[in-house]
Order: sequence, then C-alpha cells, then structure tokens
Amino acid sequence: MTELIRLTAAELSSRLQDKSVSAVEATQAHLDQITAVDTDLHAFLYVAADAALATAARIDARRAAGEELGPLAGVPIAIKDVLTTLDMPTTAGSKILEGWVPPYDATVVRRLRAADLIPLGKTNMDEFAMGSSTEHSAYGVTRNPWDRDRIPGGSGGGSAAAVASFQAPLALGSDTGGSIRQPAAVTGSVGVKPTYGAVSRYGAIALASSLDQVGPVSRTVFDAALLHDVIGGHDPLDSTSLTDAWPSMAAAATAGLKDGALKGVRVGVIKELSGSGFQAGVTQRFTETLALLTAAGAEITEVSAPNFEYAVAAYYLILPAEASSNLARFDSVRFGIRVDPAEGSLTSEHVMAATREAGFGPEVKRRIILGTYALSTGYYDAYYGSAQKVRTLIQRDFAAAFDQVDILVSPSAPTTAFKFGEKLEDPMAMYLNDITTIPANLAGVPGMSIPIGLAPEDGLPVGLQIMAPARADARLYTYGAAIEQLLEATWGHTMLDQAPALALATTAKGAI
Amino acid sequence: MAKPELMDYDKALELFEPVLGFEVHVELNTKTKMFCGCANEFGSGANTNTCPTCLGLPGGLPQVNHKAIESSIRLGLALGCEIAEHSRFARKNYFYPDTAKNFQTSQYDDPICHDGSLTIELESGRLVTVEIERAHMEDDAGKLTHMGGSTGRIQGADYSLVDYNRGGVPLVEIVTQMIEGAEHDAPEIGRTYVAGIREIAKALGVSNARMEEGNVRCDANVSLRPRGSKVLGTRTETKNVNSLRSVERAVRYEIQRQAAVLHAGGTITQETRHWHEDTGITSAGRPKSDADDYRYFPEPDLVPMAPSREWVEELRLTLPEPPAARRKRLQADWGFANLEFQDVVNSDLMDAVEATVAAGASAQSARKWWTGEIARLANAAGVAADSLVQPAQLAALIALVEAGTLTDRLARQVLEGVIAGEGTPAEVVASRGLAVVSDDGALIAAIDEALSKQPDVLAKIRDGKLQAAGAVIGAVMKAMRGQADAARVRELVLERAGTAESGSVE
Amino acid sequence: MSAITAEQVAHLANLARIDLSPEEITNLTLDLGQIVDSVAKVQEVATSDVPATSHPMPLTNVFREDVVVPSLSVEQALSGAPARAGDKFRVPAILDEE
Repeated sequence: MTELIRLTAAELSSRLQDKSVSAVEATQAHLDQITAVDTDLHAFLYVAADAALATAARIDARRAAGEELGPLAGVPIAIKDVLTTLDMPTTAGSKILEGWVPPYDATVVRRLRAADLIPLGKTNMDEFAMGSSTEHSAYGVTRNPWDRDRIPGGSGGGSAAAVASFQAPLALGSDTGGSIRQPAAVTGSVGVKPTYGAVSRYGAIALASSLDQVGPVSRTVFDAALLHDVIGGHDPLDSTSLTDAWPSMAAAATAGLKDGALKGVRVGVIKELSGSGFQAGVTQRFTETLALLTAAGAEITEVSAPNFEYAVAAYYLILPAEASSNLARFDSVRFGIRVDPAEGSLTSEHVMAATREAGFGPEVKRRIILGTYALSTGYYDAYYGSAQKVRTLIQRDFAAAFDQVDILVSPSAPTTAFKFGEKLEDPMAMYLNDITTIPANLAGVPGMSIPIGLAPEDGLPVGLQIMAPARADARLYTYGAAIEQLLEATWGHTMLDQAPALALATTAKGAI
Repeated sequence: MAKPELMDYDKALELFEPVLGFEVHVELNTKTKMFCGCANEFGSGANTNTCPTCLGLPGGLPQVNHKAIESSIRLGLALGCEIAEHSRFARKNYFYPDTAKNFQTSQYDDPICHDGSLTIELESGRLVTVEIERAHMEDDAGKLTHMGGSTGRIQGADYSLVDYNRGGVPLVEIVTQMIEGAEHDAPEIGRTYVAGIREIAKALGVSNARMEEGNVRCDANVSLRPRGSKVLGTRTETKNVNSLRSVERAVRYEIQRQAAVLHAGGTITQETRHWHEDTGITSAGRPKSDADDYRYFPEPDLVPMAPSREWVEELRLTLPEPPAARRKRLQADWGFANLEFQDVVNSDLMDAVEATVAAGASAQSARKWWTGEIARLANAAGVAADSLVQPAQLAALIALVEAGTLTDRLARQVLEGVIAGEGTPAEVVASRGLAVVSDDGALIAAIDEALSKQPDVLAKIRDGKLQAAGAVIGAVMKAMRGQADAARVRELVLERAGTAESGSVE
Repeated sequence: MSAITAEQVAHLANLARIDLSPEEITNLTLDLGQIVDSVAKVQEVATSDVPATSHPMPLTNVFREDVVVPSLSVEQALSGAPARAGDKFRVPAILDEE
C-alpha cells in the first residue's frame, strides 16, 4: 500500500478513473498510514475512518454504475480543524470547543463532498490559528516528519505534516498571516493562500476576518491547483467573496509545464525580504533558485517595498483587534464548554469569564487582550487606525512592484523548522517569523510556497514564496509548476523523495 | 423599592427647563433577518428561526438584506434625511447572553441616513420640529425570559432562557438632536413624536409598527437645566418605553423626579433607567461608566455600501403622502370636528375609517361604529379594533341601517354575528332573523292596542305634549321585541293619535 | 508611550470577559508592554494623508435578496448548548442576587 500513498492526487485520480484502484483501497491505504505514523506525529485531531470508508464505497459503487465523477472523486483529503464539519468534531485546536460537532458544513467542505473527495479527518493547529508552530494547540503538538523534535510550522502544522508524511495527498488549510505557506515551507510541501475573497470563508472559524483565507495544501503544484478548482469561486454566504469568473487553476499549472514557460517572465525579488535575519542555508537555496530561473530565461529584478518593514507591527494590531471581537462568541451559551467560577456568584457574567479563562490558552488570551487594547477608547487611532493606514501603504508597495514585474519572490520563511520550545517564551520572536508571509495577507494578494531544497546546515526543507497581483492566482500555478519542474529535473527526484523517505521509514517502523 | 420624591409638575417647570432626546427603534418587517435568510417572524416556536449566522456559531458570516437597506433609506427619506453616499456597518462589542455574537452589528461613524426632521402638531395646535441627527441600521438581540424569583423580572431570577428568533431582526434606530424649548409640552412632545415615527413607518409599510409587539421601542433621554442657566444638566436614558402613553408618563415622571432630586441639592447620575408600566415609575439601571467601551470598528465581514443617487431618487418616488398631510386632507374630506378626528387618530383607526368610507359608508357612520361599538368590543377582547371586522363588512352593515333594514340595536347584534364568523351582515340578518319589522299594519295594530290601554297618554299627546308618546313607543317596541324602527313607530303613534281624534278609536 | 499597567490589563480582561489570574495579569502586563512598544512603530508612517484600508479588496454594495432560506432545526440549533430548558438556551442568572 506504500505505493498508493506516495501517489500524487492527480496520479491517484487517474488510477481511480481507470479503475485500477478503488476509492476504498486508496482510503484504506491512507488510514493505514495514519495508524502507522500518526500516534507519533499527531497531525490529526480526529480520524473519521468508518465514515471515510463508507463514503469511498459509495463512490466506488457510483463509478461502477458508470456515473461521470469529478477529477478528484475518491481522493482522500485531510481538513484543518478550523473548518466546520457536520459529521466530525470541530475544535479549532481549542479546549473551549472540545467535542463540539457543528450543525453545518463550511462551504469549502460542502464543495469537497460535492466533488466526492473523501474526508479522512480533522488536522491539528495552533489554537484558533494563533501561532506559527502548532505548539499552541490545546491538544498537543504536531511533529515535523523531517525531524520529530521540530515544529511543523503553524498554524496549519497538522495539514502540512499529514501531507508531507503521506497520510493524505491533499489537505485544506487556512492562512491569516502565513498559516498555509510557512508550514508548507518547513515540511517540504506545497501550500497556497489564494487572493482574499477567492475562496469562501463561510464555516471557517474566524481568526481575523479581513486576513483569513482558506487554501489548498498538497505535495505538488498541480494537486494544489486541482483542489483550488474544487473549493474556489463565489459564495453568496461570504460577503467578501469575489464574483470573478476564475480560470481553471489546473489548466494554469499545466501551462507551466510547457517548454519556455519561464522565458521573459519578470520576477521581482523583494529587497526587504532577504538578507540579514535569514538563515544562511535559506538564502543559499533561494539564490540558487534565482539562478535557475535566470537560466530558464526569466528576468530577475530587485524591487523595494519600503513599508513591509511595518507589516508585522500592523498585522499584530489588526489581527488581535479583529480576533478579540471574533472570539467574543465563545461564551458558554450556545456551544462549547461551560465552566463555573471557583468563587463568587454564579451569574452569566462570571460563568462567561470563568469559561473563557479556562477554555482559552495563553496565546489566545494574549492576543485578545492586545486586540481589546488596540480598539479601546483613546488608543484606536494610534493603534488600529494607524495599522489600517499601513495596510494602504503596503498595498501601494505591491501595486508599485507589480507595475514592474509579473511575480514577486522571497524565501517563504526566514528559517527552516525550529525546535519545539525555541520561541515559545518570546512572543515577538515568534511573530517576526511571519515577516515574509504577512504582507500578502495585509494586501489580499495570493501567495504560494513550494519546496526548493534542503538547507545544507540542517538538512531541512526551504520554501520559495511566489506572490502575484490580486486575482492573478493562475499566475502562481503556472510559474509555480514551471519552477517545480525545473527543480525536480535538477534534483532528479521530488523534494519529498529525499530525506523524509528515510525519516518516515524509521517512523513507520517505530510506530509498528 | 421605595418610591422616590416627586416634585409637582408645574413647580418643576417653574424651576427647570426640560431638555429631551429620543432614540426610537423601528423593527423592519422584511421577510428575512438583517444578515441571514432566517424568517423574520413574530410568534414562532423558540429558536426555530436560527442559523449559524444569527446564532453566532463559529464560522457564521453575515450577508446584508437588500430590502432592509431599501426600507431604511425610505424611512430616512420620509424623515427628510440625507442618504449617505458611503455607509458601513461596525461592530459594537459587549457581552450579553441575548447577543449571540457578543457584538451588535450596527452603524457608527457612517450611518445610512442623517440630518432629517419631523414636524409634529400638538393638541394645542403648537407645531414642534424635532431635528433628527441620524437613522442607522442594526440587528436586534434575542429574547430573554427570566425564571425563578417572584416577579419574572431580571432581578432575583434564578436563571434565564434565551430564544434567538428575534436575534438578527433588522432595526432602524432614529436618534434625535437635543430638543430644547419643550417646556410644559415635554411629555406630549415625546408621545406625539413617537406616534409620528410610528405612523410614518406604518404608512411606508416598512414596519408592522405594533408597539405592543415591540416593533417600535423608545428610549427617552431627559435632563433638566435650572432656569437661567446655560449649562445642560446630566441626563438619564429611560429604556424600552413601549407604548405612546408610557412615553408621555415616563418623560413627565423623570422631570418630576429629577426636579425633586436637584431641588433637594442632590445630583443626577448619568444612567440608564427602566420604565415600570405597572407602577408608573422609573428605576435606576446600570450607571454609565468606563466599562462602556464598545470598541467600535468597521465590520470586516461586510463591505461598505454606496447607495447610488439614482436608486435613492427612485425610492423617493415611492414615498406615500406624508401622514400629517394625509390627516389634514382626510379631516377636511370627512368633515370631522377636531375632537372627532382626534378620537379616530388616537384609536389608530384612520385607515379603517378610510377603507370603510371607500367601501361606500358615510364618514360619520364609519367613525361612530369604529370608535364606538367596535372599539368597545375590541377593548373587551384585548385586540386591535381593526382586526375584528373588515371595513367592507362594516360598510355593508351601515348600508343596511341606512336602508332602514336594521335599527342600531339590531345592527349591533348583526355585528356580533359578523365578528363571530357567521358571515356577511346580510347573511347574519337572514340567519338570525333580525330584520326590522317594516310592515306598518303590524305596527299600527300594536300601537292602537297600546294607545287603547293608556288613554291618559293619548290625551296628553292630543294636548300637544308629544314627549308623552315615549311611553307608548316603549310599549310598542317591547311588543315587537325590538324588531321595529323606533323613529317609524313614533311617526305612526303621532299619526294614530291624530286619527283617534277623528273617532276611530274609543 | 505604552507603559501598560497591571490595572489596565485587569480592565481589558474585564472588557474581554476573561477571569485572568493575578499571575496571568503580571505576565501579560510585561508581554503587552513589549508587544505594544514594538507595534507602535505603525505610527511612524501612518500620517494623516494616508487613507485607512479596512478590507483588502475594495468591494461595495454586496447584498442578499430578501428571500427566506430554511433555518436549522431546533435540535440542530440547540445541539451544542451546554444547558437548555425545552427549546431555549439556559443561562445563569444575569444579575447578582442582592
């Protein structure tokens, strides 16, 4: 079954279509891999084995009956626990939602089901997506498949680890400041944050409404494109959803595989997102990739985005402010846990305060208090108001840059995967780790992370971030697929064929 | 709670000048809620009209109801407001169990309507123009029921129950500027202003405008300024005053209470107060404090609105005749005296009378029936008069009376039949056998018999003491078991008395 | 300019309805002071001539038609309730008994 789990979603899809593999076999193979490795890795918070197999059997029956099914029908998928699911608990990694089974599916989950993908379960995450390491999950950490003493990135460490360890070919993530792209970078997988409004947020438990975006997690650019095509498009239930008629992302990715796809492409390197503060091996792999691009006919230019310097500061005002309000609904009245106060009277107010004290972890409290401060009378203009202005300046920087170039590139993260606990005591250090990914969220532009090799000093994956103008998501897939092909041709194998194969062999043995 | 001291109203006005302000919430009668497709319905089973959005479930998102925007703009236009070129929703953050998201989606610095006015006419004929600062949109909260304790009130309750059906229902909050110069009329201004808003909302069809169902709710701000002072006094905000009469009483009460406090050297606390309908007093609620930091910020889940000028002008064309102008026109058309007309207006029966007249009845008959018998029956049944009978049915009933088929007394019985669902007035007349006996032969026989039994009465009539005829009429009506037209009986009695003189009756 | 005090944090915790322990207040006072010092740099470039951006994509006039869609069933609506009575959510007393 090892072979089945190593297939890309596209490969698995064609085997399902030619009926050489059944959806039940594919699902069982991934469930077996979960059993083998996830006790150790802990990518999943919940595995819906029986439901997945039952769904797979129904799909097989329909295919056998000659029904025309979608391209990803029968392909298993892991779902980040930030998305509501009718038949699986949804906790967003928080104790306050322990055991909550929502009475509705998020729009993206509805679309997965309609396209006959098979939900395997829910993946671990930093509580309410607050974090860059998955260490802030109330249900324990997820380990990086490349090195189990290291973080898998965050907040979507579970989805990235699941895909990187072959527990699922595809996963859904959500990205508020890098929660899809940074985990992809540190686990050697692919992650895409679409244009703000390209994918519905209905049923995605909100962290920061104006920054959150749901997107695909996979092992190849083409697989991400296939998944993007399933989940994307207008949803009237999300008022910020774009009504654009989107091109096929899969077709865009395919276009990138043609000879000369990179010829004449103007690639901008953001001055402010390179150099000091970046790990040497990260910079090295990034520079090598630029050389490859040049060799392939791309034109590399350095562009400046002077206001990116203020992005992290603006982000850590806007996000907590919106989050403090979004998380107010966790009040022990309609859902979630209820905790009585240890002392004092049992009023609604006291019970709410005691529930929120017991149900929220330290990082969530920190950000709620910070956001409450940023919005409070007397501070609004200085903090939240100023941060919204910085947002304008960052949009202008992007606009000026995209006047000169077709895509922008940077390392996806300043470092490779760090060790557990390394940044836990210093919130600002943790926050600064998001410097590369945050600007795209502030401006609403799409971003992708693809693996570009291992850092020589620690043998851990390095990611390349590609950014395109708002609505030009297709460009990410075209050039992402082109760069991926170029790199794999250079290496002679895929990224995940190298080190993780070894790591997983030991992991699998250990688990068995 | 102890009843606070009150100052005599006239004395209070002698010492202080009242300054008023009103916030009126109008609940819109859209089919669905403000931000989701759940039905906007009064009286459904608890929590039957809820979804992830209005229940504030994790992942729920709002979508703005277009009709609610349209209704708000029309309401704003009817109040002479400017319609903002750019408007947006904001979050007002506070925790309360009836507020599912623990923030209210409201409008803060960009309300959809602003700078309007409403001119009201008091009973004295005094015209008062109330300036309107803004009319903004927001969503309503759910409904709390307080359990345990003795009173069903929030005080002393053991626990509370929440029904979120009302949560997310669209509201327009209309905020006045400070109203100065109200003087003795302050309570009446409050009542008349709220009545005016209610009337406009109803005429526009944007709200059911039933105060008893909470469709129109008023918060009344009152402060007192000592005569001769330029400094405004501290104001109190009396919440949820939910009938026109209560608005008047609450304003009067606050003036008298604040005057007593100030006169005794005390100070007014800036606070919200609760109006108690049963005892007619207000009691202190929560004082305003630093804790009221609502941390407003633009609602990130909704995008801004920019109502096009074309749309606004289209909506302006849909506005009905302003209620005040309509009142003037109808009073003139109907030829009602002021008191008669006021009676109709105050009983909220103008539409009913208008429809009855349109169905062919005379204005006076329509008025008498609606404000008389029908209002009495409605009052006894505890329902609105216009819910009892269709104007067309009443017009048919009036036609029967005017044709002489029914006496007033019989018509009242027919009305009861109509209300009881026995059919049209004609059908009730037939089925109950209530038509007037109009056969003069039967009447003359009864009259002759009565006259013969009361020769002294006959003599008095013949002497020209016509009022004596009453005794005979009464006897005849009794004999006919009421199914006779008293006026016709009287005519015939006089006629027969005259005839008797010629000798046919001994 | 930050100099966050413990009293401020306690006040914010009250606004945010979180019953923070004294240790948490102490720690958060320190954390918040550092974070606020660091994020205050947004003020350097947020001059009065720069408009604020609240939404990344400049959409306007997104409306829904006034058409009823099915609601949740009562059982679905109440399925996650920590406490219920009949078809309503049950919450502790709103006011302190005094």
